[in-house]
Amino acid sequence: MAVLKRTPLYEEHQAAGAKLIDFGGWEMPVQYAGVVEEHQTVRTKAGLFDVSHMGEIDVSGNEALEFVQMLITNDVSVLEDGKILYSPMCYPDGGIVDDLLVYRYDSNHFFIVVNASNTDKDYSWMIVQAKNFDVDIRNVSDRYAQLALQGPLAEKILQGISNIDLAKINYYSFQHGEIDGLQCLISRTGYTGEDGFEIYVSPEKARQLWQKIIEIGAPEGIEPIGLGARDTLRFEARLPLYGHELGAEISPLEVGLSAFVKLDKAAFIGRDVLRTQKEQGILRQLVGLEMIGRGIARAQYPLQKNGEDIGFVTSGSFSPTLNKNIALGLIRADLAAQGDILDVLIRGKAVQAKIIPTLFYKRGN
Amino acid sequence: MNPADLKYNKNHEYAKVEGNIVTFGITDHAQKSLGDVVFIELPDEGATVTVGESYGTVESVKAVSDIYATISGKVIESNTLVLDTPDLLNSDPYGEGWLIKVAADDLSPLENMMTASEYELFLAEEEH
Repeated sequence: MAVLKRTPLYEEHQAAGAKLIDFGGWEMPVQYAGVVEEHQTVRTKAGLFDVSHMGEIDVSGNEALEFVQMLITNDVSVLEDGKILYSPMCYPDGGIVDDLLVYRYDSNHFFIVVNASNTDKDYSWMIVQAKNFDVDIRNVSDRYAQLALQGPLAEKILQGISNIDLAKINYYSFQHGEIDGLQCLISRTGYTGEDGFEIYVSPEKARQLWQKIIEIGAPEGIEPIGLGARDTLRFEARLPLYGHELGAEISPLEVGLSAFVKLDKAAFIGRDVLRTQKEQGILRQLVGLEMIGRGIARAQYPLQKNGEDIGFVTSGSFSPTLNKNIALGLIRADLAAQGDILDVLIRGKAVQAKIIPTLFYKRGN
Repeated sequence: MNPADLKYNKNHEYAKVEGNIVTFGITDHAQKSLGDVVFIELPDEGATVTVGESYGTVESVKAVSDIYATISGKVIESNTLVLDTPDLLNSDPYGEGWLIKVAADDLSPLENMMTASEYELFLAEEEH
């Protein structure tokens, strides 16, 4: 068996009594106190995540803007310095290579954050696509640890140890600043449906930063949060996950990401196929499901109507916030009417579920 | 911690024997490694279960686990309380978190199960 990679915070997770699992080749904390408690902590207070396994790719050069514009489906030409863009990155056939966050330092320099398990694939893909562009592409994942501080109290906690005014960092913006005297890139982004920050720091300083945030957040009830709750949090907020809602066989238009596919911008990889899909109508659509019968719809369970296969579950779980069993499923678009009833095949048994809106949770409710 | 009057197996399930009635459940170790239990599926009263075969499932937030019968027989009671309150398996696995009561056809499979002290040794070995 391959040796699992560890983040600079591995000892912190061990000391905190985390349960560690193999996550895409990384030995990562899946839970500390328990998934449900951690989930509620992020929804009501603040939680700290180690997401140092995420990949970071640096793109610089005279044609950096043109290159990124060709690479992704969203329109990077409207992005200002210090702002961040979410985008799918597609194959020519419209399937999804990965989903990314693109940080713009300036028009000649971008910082791209990718899914941990896709880092090597994405980097290779970018290198191949870049051959006719004056750009320099570097996989700089080893140079960054990443901590995510998420929850309604995130800003209050972090402000106490920051030298910049965090209130001035708007959603999907970033700044360089010091936290506890450590140089960080601070970004108002996240993957939980809550307000919060993602903080990039050099790996050597990650433990100091982690300890300091836990210490200063303790009176506010901060807790370390594992990947288990990260998944239930993102799922409730309909944030897609590669390997579930996203993949090479899935188009971004099918899974509700058309707002991030700008067909009218300059040419980009996958545009022709995606435009045709848009014009002719997509054949599959992502729907929300609420279980009527007893059971939890899990990823890959078949979805049926009158005994006929119409799709599959992409993510499904007990929802700690709603206290219900819910799921996301990719089904035939002509059968995706709100309120309709379909069957989830749970270990061979058909269990009824109702189609509901996909956004299960929105903060401020 | 693991009650002395129960029998245990390597799948971290217990059996409590009263006459020919056997109560099934999962151990404290099992509930800890599962994490928050959020869904349980059990057979109805009158169903039959077969030793070594799955009679239901216990689901945590992240995982689905089959549960296996430790003896064969007819289900005389399913714990409907845990169906509505699955976290009883976490808070009280040996008490209110029991799963089903079975009228045993034959109690001899229980002879292969471990005592509490044997089970604790097994847990200690499994750690390493």
